[in-house]
Amino acid sequence: MSVIEFENASYSYTGGELLSDVSLSVSTGSFYFITGPSGSGKTTFLKMCYGALVPNSGHVHLFDHDLRQMTRDEVAHASRKIGVILLDCQFLDHMSVTENIALPLAVSGEDRLSDNMNLKELLSWVGLIGRADALPPELSGGERQRAALARAVIMSPDIILADEPTGNVDWEMSQRLLQLLIELNKMGKTVLLASHDLSLIRLAKSQVQARVLRIANKRIQLAGANL
Amino acid sequence: MTAIYNNLIGLILGDRQRDRVVPPTGYTASLTTFTSAAMAFLAVFAIALSLAASRLSDHWSESLARSSTLRISAPAPQIQQQLDLAMEILDTTPGIASARVISLEEQRSLLEPWFGPEVPFESLPLPKLIDIEENSSGYDGQSLRLRLIADVPGAVLDDHTRWRRPLVTAAHRLWALGMFSIVLMAATSAAIITLAARAAMSANAQVISVLRLIGAQDNYISAAFVRRFTFRAFNGASLGGAFGAVVVYFFQGQTDQLSILTGLGFQGTEWLWLIIVPPLMGIVAYIATRRSAGLVLRGLS
Ligand SMILES: Nc1ncnc2c1ncn2[C@@H]1O[C@H](COP(=O)(O)OP(=O)(O)OP(=O)(O)O)[C@@H](O)[C@H]1O
Ligand SMILES: [Mg+2]
Repeated sequence: MSVIEFENASYSYTGGELLSDVSLSVSTGSFYFITGPSGSGKTTFLKMCYGALVPNSGHVHLFDHDLRQMTRDEVAHASRKIGVILLDCQFLDHMSVTENIALPLAVSGEDRLSDNMNLKELLSWVGLIGRADALPPELSGGERQRAALARAVIMSPDIILADEPTGNVDWEMSQRLLQLLIELNKMGKTVLLASHDLSLIRLAKSQVQARVLRIANKRIQLAGANL
Repeated sequence: MTAIYNNLIGLILGDRQRDRVVPPTGYTASLTTFTSAAMAFLAVFAIALSLAASRLSDHWSESLARSSTLRISAPAPQIQQQLDLAMEILDTTPGIASARVISLEEQRSLLEPWFGPEVPFESLPLPKLIDIEENSSGYDGQSLRLRLIADVPGAVLDDHTRWRRPLVTAAHRLWALGMFSIVLMAATSAAIITLAARAAMSANAQVISVLRLIGAQDNYISAAFVRRFTFRAFNGASLGGAFGAVVVYFFQGQTDQLSILTGLGFQGTEWLWLIIVPPLMGIVAYIATRRSAGLVLRGLS
């Protein structure tokens, strides 16, 4: 079963076409890397995966619903099942780290955690137990990434989308973040991770069945074994 | 209906978590409160003006009720004769429904408040008064005066209340002006609150994009703003309205004379009109913020 499906989808900003005729089916529980040169459209591709952008032509289906036919509120509702971690992860700067991480629960109207996970466990899982009451502007780059990860998974989403989550952190922190994502994948979540860090991709491939998508010349192709 | 009711309950009770998502400070807060306060203050005067004008026009229309007075002053021996002649003329004047001599007793009760009870009215050379009621077509004051001059030299026709008709019209206009001002103030408040709400939303673009990212629907996001602006407007209007009421209270003339200046105030239950000012401002803010939030959010994607 596929959670995200691209069907001859094309996307262009005001300039020329950026992604052309993309067809792809992301099945449940898979682990994908999205790689490609800077400006090739990795972020654009991920934005279509969580409904922030709608293709100019062709279709993108989220959980078997055509993005084109969904209202803004339906997209918002569907995106609760998609945890998103962006490079410049943003928070509500006037609320504590804990409150920020718990915010998706408040927004969705659910006040209890699913998966028998409580907030404390989640904080210690991402190693932020000591920073629980800090405000986001007081966090380091790596701490921000981990807080964003915690916020992305608190609703127990089916899909995790991460746009260069290791962009701002050192190698050790990259490995730690990757381990967390691999753990989530082993719990059955679909993970899509945009990165051009080849050593990270190699490390992941040694631990999970990860596929690598390469964006080049407006197309997305499955990269071979040789990276 | 239940949706509106639930919305209202939600608006009043709110959701503390939701209120917290928008950082509380910013000039838009004080702008909204100040505008609502100032407009409510002015609205109090506009309401007072309208009420005074309508009171005045009511009063004047009453006395307009087609009555005038004929006053006859003459030396004592001639007065009864002139009175009889005048009554004869009045009875035959077209347009007059009835004419009635005002008795000494009535005159006394009219004059007593001014001169006190000790004055011997009987021995004073008081003019005689005739109360004239016209019928619906009215009489021609000019020709009546000419007929009276010939036969009743001591008669003076006092029909000044008829001249109040334009005053009543003016009072009506004043009332309409007051109402129009209230509408203008509401519209101005709506415009300023719309600008403030839009400014607040662009100042909180990051908040909105975070909320959107974690799956917040438009209603959730806009409610956080709408509730805040509605309450600011309500509180501002309560403050401004209360201040306006205090000022009007001390402004209010203590005389019985009716004029637009001394009558500018509230009497009895008229004070209740002021209760509607804050909720009205709240409603204006609610509609203005909801509309602009909807537009901003729909413009985002
Ligand atoms: N909102 C926008 N309006 C116009 N052009 C845009 C917009 N966002 C991105 N682009 C352009 O689209 C192209 C692809 O952008 P995108 O962010 O998808 O690339 P990327 O593969 O994520 O790059 P990077 O590795 O540097 O993050 C770039 O040339 C960028 O300038
Ligand atoms: Mg990018």
